[in-house]
Amino acid sequence: METFLEARHIVKRFAGHTALDDVTVSVPRGRVFGLLGPNGAGKTTLIRIINRITAPDEGEVRFDGHAFRAEDVQQIGYLPEERGLYKKMKVGEQAVYLAQLKGLSAAEAKHRLQDWFEKFGIMPWWNKKLEELSKGMQQKVQFVITVLHEPQLLIFDEPFSGFDPVNAELLKREILALRDKGHTVIYSTHNMASVEDVCDEIALINKSKVVLTGNVQDVKQRFRTGLYEVVSTGGELQPRPERYAVLSCETDGGVTRHLLQKEASLTNSGLIALVAQDLEVRSIAEQLPSMNDIFLKVVGHE
Amino acid sequence: MNKILIIIKREFLTRIKKKSFILLTVLMPFIMAALVAVPLWLASIKDSDQQRVAVVDSTGKYLSALEDTKNYHFFTAPALLPEFRSDTSDVLAVVSITADLAQHPKAITIYSREEVSQELLSYVQSCINEQVRKDKLAASGIRDLDRIIEDVQAELSVSTVKWNEKGEETSSHTGIAIAAGFLFTFLIYMFVMAYGGMVMQSVTEEKTNRIVELMVSSVKPFQLMMGKIVGIALVGFVQLTIWGVMLAVILGVVGSVFGADAAMAAAGAQPAVPGMGADASAVAVGEMSESAEIVQALANLPYLELGIMFVLMFIGGYLLYASFFAAVGASVNEPEDTSQFMMPMIFIMIFALYAAMYSVENTNGPLAFWASLFPLTAPIVMMVRIPFGVPLWQEALSVLLLFGTALFFVWFGGKIYRVGILMYGKKPTLKEMLKWVRYK
Repeated sequence: METFLEARHIVKRFAGHTALDDVTVSVPRGRVFGLLGPNGAGKTTLIRIINRITAPDEGEVRFDGHAFRAEDVQQIGYLPEERGLYKKMKVGEQAVYLAQLKGLSAAEAKHRLQDWFEKFGIMPWWNKKLEELSKGMQQKVQFVITVLHEPQLLIFDEPFSGFDPVNAELLKREILALRDKGHTVIYSTHNMASVEDVCDEIALINKSKVVLTGNVQDVKQRFRTGLYEVVSTGGELQPRPERYAVLSCETDGGVTRHLLQKEASLTNSGLIALVAQDLEVRSIAEQLPSMNDIFLKVVGHE
Repeated sequence: MNKILIIIKREFLTRIKKKSFILLTVLMPFIMAALVAVPLWLASIKDSDQQRVAVVDSTGKYLSALEDTKNYHFFTAPALLPEFRSDTSDVLAVVSITADLAQHPKAITIYSREEVSQELLSYVQSCINEQVRKDKLAASGIRDLDRIIEDVQAELSVSTVKWNEKGEETSSHTGIAIAAGFLFTFLIYMFVMAYGGMVMQSVTEEKTNRIVELMVSSVKPFQLMMGKIVGIALVGFVQLTIWGVMLAVILGVVGSVFGADAAMAAAGAQPAVPGMGADASAVAVGEMSESAEIVQALANLPYLELGIMFVLMFIGGYLLYASFFAAVGASVNEPEDTSQFMMPMIFIMIFALYAAMYSVENTNGPLAFWASLFPLTAPIVMMVRIPFGVPLWQEALSVLLLFGTALFFVWFGGKIYRVGILMYGKKPTLKEMLKWVRYK
């Protein structure tokens, strides 16, 4: 998998504390990269370095195969966590202005904006002042502004905050569509629920350090707990303490649910074979931890 | 297009398109013109409205002393008639003299249904005083005493002459020089305060709006700051130009309608100083009594020097203060928090204004000299001195120091601005702000 953006051994110190301590992440091309971590972990600082808003004290950033250059910001679209646009400026005018600052010509910006505004149903607000729009609508405008210049790298910092579920879903689809078109996406959040839906790769930052990184499925595998839920409609499960422990057993309306803790030596196939001997199995599912569980486990540990 | 140009364009256009800006720009010259024209107009109203004042003089000596004026017609009345007291009377006031005032100074009274106007009172007083003085002089028995005294009291009028570089004599007028100097000084002061303040307000607004994070991901903070400073300066230039032109037109019209003197002075000044008509006529209207002399003095002002220095001082001063204001605006979270940083700057500005006022009294004294070199006060103090003549090396040094400091402030302000606009939370201390300068 080709790396699009790489931050190597980044160190950033502020008066009194170190915001990033030897942070290395690599963002693969054409994927959604989740930048996770609790508040104050250093995510925003890293994003600001990637945006060239601040420079690292040590370490380097490589962008699309070359050392980071000032012009590269044209190829970045950034949706900051703290949303904000000019309240008194007209929506269309403001979007064109911000697109021009990203290198688009006014005519091209207008053309593309019309497409996006039609898609999001905000065309009637083109000549309204931003402050006249509802918050959700302002968010949509800001999203459009972020992606308008079709940058290679998109950075979304908590993009779903402030959206209702319908619009959040719409936005999620758009983000995935952008990924499928070949854009690389960095998605920063501390809300784990959406991570599994959206992210391909993650890096978890805690207390200025990267504490966990990798493919989402790999990470889940790494944190597998060996818990299995077996749903069966008949039979009696034999206790086999050397293979598995039965943590709970509930029967409800002829359906029995066993929660098993598997020993590490036993394979999944082995477990299925053993269980199938005793039970009329309806389903057997490994209980992979949610990203939320992993987050809590890793961050709670530190 | 260059990003900084895009920013300048936006800062400029959004401001001049504002209704409040258009309204203020259009109305201000009328307000300023009204300040000049209304007194003239009121004076002309009184002309047609001469009021009657009765004089009841038992001695019969004083009526001749009270000559009619533009506003008052004096006529003699046999006695203090009761009809004078009635509301329907057209007599404004009654001057009652009951005895020879040389012997009985208190024997004169003015009666009126209204408060007696200061103008009437002082006119009557001076006329009667003069008459009484003459009477007393005549009573002394010395021949021609009144003429001797007049001769003794003759007032001198000192004319001032300035030597130019070649030692030639040029007519100068201290009043005009002061007025011209102060006009430019106040223009710079007002501009720096008003538009520098606008820079600060705009920076704080962007910060509290949180748009700034989006902006600095597209442009360098320094570009954003300079774009703002330049854009707002252009707004100021446009506003000043419109005001200048409109004032010149309005005063021209007003002058031709209400005062031939004023119009003459303005017209006389304009060919000599194209483009400065507004200023010249504003000055001229104020002192039209000596219009010919003033016109000559106006023509002798060092306009090229004034113009060049004004532009340089103006740009340097604005750049210096605006970048300071931008840094302050970026450092605070709420507009209210700016006062702590503004106070020292306002003190310096006010000190500069006072220094300018005292420098007028001694334009080559140590205060004037040092204050016109010190970059923070130079833009304000130097302009006062120029009409009086300043050595070239002082002007050059002052401009050099000012621009050196202004560039340093731009750099320094840019550093603080860059970090400050992204810092939220508690109000930073001065020490923290100095640390920001060292951040990468």
